[in-house]
Amino acid sequence: MTKWIDDFGAEDDVIVSSRVRLARNIEDIPFPVALVKEKSQGIFTQVQEAISEGFTFTSLEKTSEMDRKVLVEKHLISPNLIKDYENSAIVLNEDESISIMINEEDHIRIQSLLPGFQLDQAYKIADEMDDKLEQKIKYAFDEKIGYLTSCPTNVGTGMRASVMAHLPALTMTRYISKVLQAANQIGLAVRGLYGEGTEVVGNMFQISNQMTLGRSEREIIGNLKDVMTQIIQKERDARATLLANNKIRLEDKIYRSFGILYNARILSFQECMKLISDIRLGVALDILKDIDSNKINRIMVMSQHAYVQKNAGKSLGIKDSDIKRATLVRRLLGNND
Amino acid sequence: MLCENCNKRTATVHVTKIVNDQKAEIHLCEQCAKESEDILIDTPFNINNFLTSILDSIQESPIKVDYIKTTKCDNCGMAYGKFKQIGRLGCSKCYGAFEEKLPGLIKRIQGHEVHVGKIPKCAGQNIRIKKEIENLKNELKNCIKTEEFERAALLRDKIRALESVPKNEE
Repeated sequence: MTKWIDDFGAEDDVIVSSRVRLARNIEDIPFPVALVKEKSQGIFTQVQEAISEGFTFTSLEKTSEMDRKVLVEKHLISPNLIKDYENSAIVLNEDESISIMINEEDHIRIQSLLPGFQLDQAYKIADEMDDKLEQKIKYAFDEKIGYLTSCPTNVGTGMRASVMAHLPALTMTRYISKVLQAANQIGLAVRGLYGEGTEVVGNMFQISNQMTLGRSEREIIGNLKDVMTQIIQKERDARATLLANNKIRLEDKIYRSFGILYNARILSFQECMKLISDIRLGVALDILKDIDSNKINRIMVMSQHAYVQKNAGKSLGIKDSDIKRATLVRRLLGNND
Repeated sequence: MLCENCNKRTATVHVTKIVNDQKAEIHLCEQCAKESEDILIDTPFNINNFLTSILDSIQESPIKVDYIKTTKCDNCGMAYGKFKQIGRLGCSKCYGAFEEKLPGLIKRIQGHEVHVGKIPKCAGQNIRIKKEIENLKNELKNCIKTEEFERAALLRDKIRALESVPKNEE
């Protein structure tokens, strides 16, 4: 089970998941960018000794390429971590609400990932994990500029708080660029599905703080929460407007998308994400009944490239992959034909 | 062709903008283009390249510090030039090794210079007390300004109590 996918959270008609990430480095050891292989093992050992029961430590070298990609698709690790998989590792708890990336850009990146709008809770979990690690590990910390990170964009708190928001109505009504521009101006970054440098698919936006220095963790989270509360309201308003003015067209769009997902035999990832966005909107507006938001999460995650192949138990070409994806989605939606 | 802005240097940056179907061409020299706010060149870049360009612009200060180019971090061997290239520091000691340039960069990207968030519990007990005293002293100043003397007295006692905490040797 993966908590953010299989569980429910507040405001999950708009906010899919909330995440808090803390970047930490161990004192006196070069950052991963300048690290030799022998030393990366030393970091593994330090982390292994600091974690308690209930956590599994996996060296990525011992995993298959497919499994590594699945971890990325579940958002438990970043695409960056698997680039140098021979020197990196991941720690997970049972419900995968905590993941610790080892030797990504920094030695340690603690992440807490929860369903819905739960930034405070996510911070609490990450903060407690951080407390636990620092009992055994001596962090690189500077009195003036805080936690020292490999990239100066993370120095200070080392914290990146983010939410994955589904904003289809703001996109349809073309308000989205204004909203995102405003978010940018007050120091928030907007990114695509897999974080930095990735594109927006299926109307999913990842919104996070940009600055990590000069503000406390609580202030950073408070700021993001305030802005997101407004964006949630704006999205709901836009949905209400669409319903009031274009109800039949909106229903038509949603039912058509459902029809395709329910029946299609060949489905590309891009098309699938586009259609799922409509389904998610339909569920949020109670147009589509008998589907819940975590079923949509499952479809969203399981229809990605590596996941489809993992399900098939072998690597597939694009053509076969698209066929397999269509079958998977049909099954998930209850069509066993 | 001369730069449209300064009319002095040769225009080397040519931008075609299309706004509401109106095509406009702008010809600027490199320097004016850098300063111009309406030129947003849309090319793919990653955060690390971005940092590098900030560093470059910081370096264009009236006083050029050339020797910094050869500076290396003694601990990990990261050269300043390499940091500029990859946008990542090699170890925590790099912050000290490149202290000529880094604070400027950090200020530019973060908008702040001083950390006010979490402090590691075990590693930083002395620092934590020091920070707390600093915060209380600031508060005390404000109280005196606003003539809240009762609160000020309380704060003063708190500061004294914290100052008398024995420093733990590390």
